[in-house]
Amino acid sequence: MPDWKHQIRSRLSGAGLSLARESEIVEELSQHLDDRYQELCRSGMSETEAARAALEEFSEEELQQQFSRREYAYSQPPVLGADTGSALGALWQDLRYAARLFRANPVFTAAAIISLALGIGANTAIFQMLDAVRLRLLPVREPQQLARIRIPESHGRTGNFNGPYADLTYPQFEQIRDRQQGFSSVFAWSGDSFNLNRGGEVRKSQGLLVSGDFFNVLGVGPALGRVLEPTDDRSGCGSPVAVLGYGFWQRQYGGKASVLGSTLTLNGQPFQIVGVTTAGFFGLEIGRAFDVAVPLCADSILNPEDHRLTDRFTWWLCAMGRIKPGWPLAKVNAQLQAISPAVFRETVPPAYAAGEVKHYLGFRLGALPASNGVSELRSDYETPLWLLLGIAGLVLLIACANLANLMLARASAREREIAVRLALGAARGRLLRQLLTESLFLSAIGALFGLGVAGLTSRFLVRYLSTRETHVVLNLGTDWRMLAFTAALAALTCLLFGLTPALRAVRTPPAVAMNTAGRGLTATRERFGARRVLVVCQVALSLVLVVAALLFVRSLHKLLTLNAGFQRTGILVVNTDFTRLNIPSAQRLEFKRELLERIRALPGVEEAAIAMNVPLGGNFSNNNIFINGEKKEPADLNQVSDHFFSTMGTPLLAGRDFDNRDSLNSPAVAIVNQAFVQKYFPGSNPLGKTFRVGDSPDQPHPLTEIIGVAKNTKYDDLRKDFPPISYSPAAQDREPDPDARMLVRSTLGLGSLMEEVKTAIAQTNPTIDLQFRVFADQIQESLLRERLLAMLSEFFGFLAALLATIGLYGVISYMVARRTGEIGIRMALGANRRDIVAMVMREAATLLGLGLVVGAVLSLFAARAAAALLYGLKPDDPLTLIASAVILAAAAAAASFLPARRAARLDPMTALREE
Amino acid sequence: MAGMLDRELKKGSAELLILSLLEHRARHGYEINSLIDQRSGGALHFNVASLYPLLYRLEKRGWIQGRWVEKSGQRRRRYYRLTAAGRAMLKSQRGIWREFVAAMNRVTGMENA
Repeated sequence: MPDWKHQIRSRLSGAGLSLARESEIVEELSQHLDDRYQELCRSGMSETEAARAALEEFSEEELQQQFSRREYAYSQPPVLGADTGSALGALWQDLRYAARLFRANPVFTAAAIISLALGIGANTAIFQMLDAVRLRLLPVREPQQLARIRIPESHGRTGNFNGPYADLTYPQFEQIRDRQQGFSSVFAWSGDSFNLNRGGEVRKSQGLLVSGDFFNVLGVGPALGRVLEPTDDRSGCGSPVAVLGYGFWQRQYGGKASVLGSTLTLNGQPFQIVGVTTAGFFGLEIGRAFDVAVPLCADSILNPEDHRLTDRFTWWLCAMGRIKPGWPLAKVNAQLQAISPAVFRETVPPAYAAGEVKHYLGFRLGALPASNGVSELRSDYETPLWLLLGIAGLVLLIACANLANLMLARASAREREIAVRLALGAARGRLLRQLLTESLFLSAIGALFGLGVAGLTSRFLVRYLSTRETHVVLNLGTDWRMLAFTAALAALTCLLFGLTPALRAVRTPPAVAMNTAGRGLTATRERFGARRVLVVCQVALSLVLVVAALLFVRSLHKLLTLNAGFQRTGILVVNTDFTRLNIPSAQRLEFKRELLERIRALPGVEEAAIAMNVPLGGNFSNNNIFINGEKKEPADLNQVSDHFFSTMGTPLLAGRDFDNRDSLNSPAVAIVNQAFVQKYFPGSNPLGKTFRVGDSPDQPHPLTEIIGVAKNTKYDDLRKDFPPISYSPAAQDREPDPDARMLVRSTLGLGSLMEEVKTAIAQTNPTIDLQFRVFADQIQESLLRERLLAMLSEFFGFLAALLATIGLYGVISYMVARRTGEIGIRMALGANRRDIVAMVMREAATLLGLGLVVGAVLSLFAARAAAALLYGLKPDDPLTLIASAVILAAAAAAASFLPARRAARLDPMTALREE
Repeated sequence: MAGMLDRELKKGSAELLILSLLEHRARHGYEINSLIDQRSGGALHFNVASLYPLLYRLEKRGWIQGRWVEKSGQRRRRYYRLTAAGRAMLKSQRGIWREFVAAMNRVTGMENA
């Protein structure tokens, strides 16, 4: 067959086509002429004739004329790295190329994105929580003008304390309201829970008792109807009104406007609904959202037994005010100081003894900034959250180190690619821009997934912090600042470690890079060194996190398994409230007695008892102990019925239990625990000894005789040492409340037991309010902080160890690949497989050992920050440190054994041929 | 017969011919040329020198797209297929052509012939 190519080429020569385009056309046309020639031959033409006929098909002039329009002069085929002129087009091209690269290296990409997403997500979530509980301002008008009025040095206050923000008594608030000058207005409020049901099982709502000025001072308006006004809060309260929280209105009433004017039952009393507050307002407590707000005066209706509006002995209010313009905080404080003597002089509790009065009159008021509200969550969780933020930050660092390692590895693998492209004429700047795009693309995807992780994590955290009793409500808007910060950190990592080697590669003359016969330049000691340093850092940081995790997990385990002095399982707590039966005080003891007997008679109930305070249940009381008229340190108090100790599984070590010998008419008696004996009657037989609880001139507490000694138990906090406790018999309660807290031990399942108890109590009287708690759950909830810390630090520690292991694996694999030739030579010279494994493992052990040493030092420093959150462990607990190092070393050894084994399996001949 | 068609007319209709042939499947240049030859009974025939520049022009306009396809045991060939824009163009050109022929017929009184 004739070769047309030369002829075609000569005919095209005048068309001014690019070389690439021309050769393409030549190929296509010669193909056509071949086909034509063969066809002509088949039809019987001679070869010479056929060749001439085929060539006649295109005359030179015609072809030239057609092509001279240059319409066909193709643009250059796209060469990656060549400047295409359009910036946006180039970006698109880069992104597409990056996406293709990532698709081609799914493991690299997944590892990078997952580690980034977890690091970024965890950090953002925890920062969100911190921001919500610590940093955000209250959603009210000019929150920075708000200040909380309290007694800064309030040590030694005695009385009844209700709620976590029990700063003041009502009489004190009245005095402050009338005497203060630094505030344009002041208000007081108190949180409480109101029962929405009438009788039967209690349905709780988050209530807010507020003084008349509350909403006006805060500048919070209604979404519907009106808010509470000063006229609503008047003595006696008339027909009381209530304002709903927005969320409660939506949940309970479906957001219907018809709710206005309807009646709401709170603790069995009717309240008229007059309005709904705006959507963003949740109250002044971070982490809680109020359901119903009622005027303070309604306390006499809701809690008629407590007399908190007149009692000088009950601390239950939190007072705040809006500082007058132009008054600096120091001046406000000085004014509060000045009125303090008068305020306290007018409000001395009548039951106080002379010494207590003196102490009371020494109190001074002060103002504290309250722009971000009050929060129990804050005091409980601020330290753990900062700690967790630190831990999550370390995880992000380790993730970044991993990423850096991956980028370095990839950069060395791509040096030849870059060299080839440079040789083909790609511009250096353009290549760099493309590498930059890849890095940023990777971080952007990581950040995007991180956003998802953050959302899930923070929602999980909020749910975890909510218990049956307290529903945590936090405003968790996505924290863009934090997300931007962490994403920027990740991008910086990508840039630093992706671009630095790329820069070097771009600067290397292509010929040098290509001459190294497939061995990248990164394999020099120097640059490989960077990866080794990264791995050492990773191992060190992850050791810190594993140590932290083990410390918290072991703390929790100790708390969960320690002998608290009572049995934790199988006990149901039944809270009954019969306020609405209006039983006269004198008959209440008998009523409680009957109620308890009814429960005891239920089939399956083994033991049942009444207790004022359930251990670890959140209630506690204490008072000073007087022995022979001498005031001693305070002891914890409880008031229990007979069989309390057998119900709780607490052994009586000496003396007897309470029984029917103990009554209002018999001498006062008490059972005390070992710690009580040790503290007040050391070294003597306590039985028959006497003491008094509290003392005051007008109300002499009776002389109490010790009739029994119980084993030590925890009281209000598992973390505290066994406190001295004095138990008095419920039968000697002179002022019984219209409620009873019963502990029931049963062989029945908790579900059927609850049903039985519900029926039995409803038979007694259907208007009795009823509430169940499972004792074991209550203990679990009291350990919420420890559980949260243990769980999260465990997760982060695991993650860190995993990331570090991956990092080590990567570096060792890379080392094996780089030294393939050397290993081949060693094996050819007689090294056996075991020697090779040992050689590789030695390398890994060096990195691991260095990392562990650095990590151990860091851990010792870091653990000190967590000392306050540990139980039964020292921060420098050697066992924990050793165990962590062993865990990490085992994982790392496993990770490096894989490449070591691969090295040992090399065929020496193949390995040598690669050189 | 071949002499009946003016060179100019041929050129105007050439695009329509190529687009029509690519309507249902991708074809290479030689195949296109042979099909025009066969189906017109030899009345229409393209030179290599006019066919390929025309194909490139159509490709440049985005109506067709060429792709090198390699089949085992054969040399690689460039196959052309119709793009979405080409399909739309084919539809409109067919309409114009139909109107043109109808108009010609009415004017020249050919419909009775």
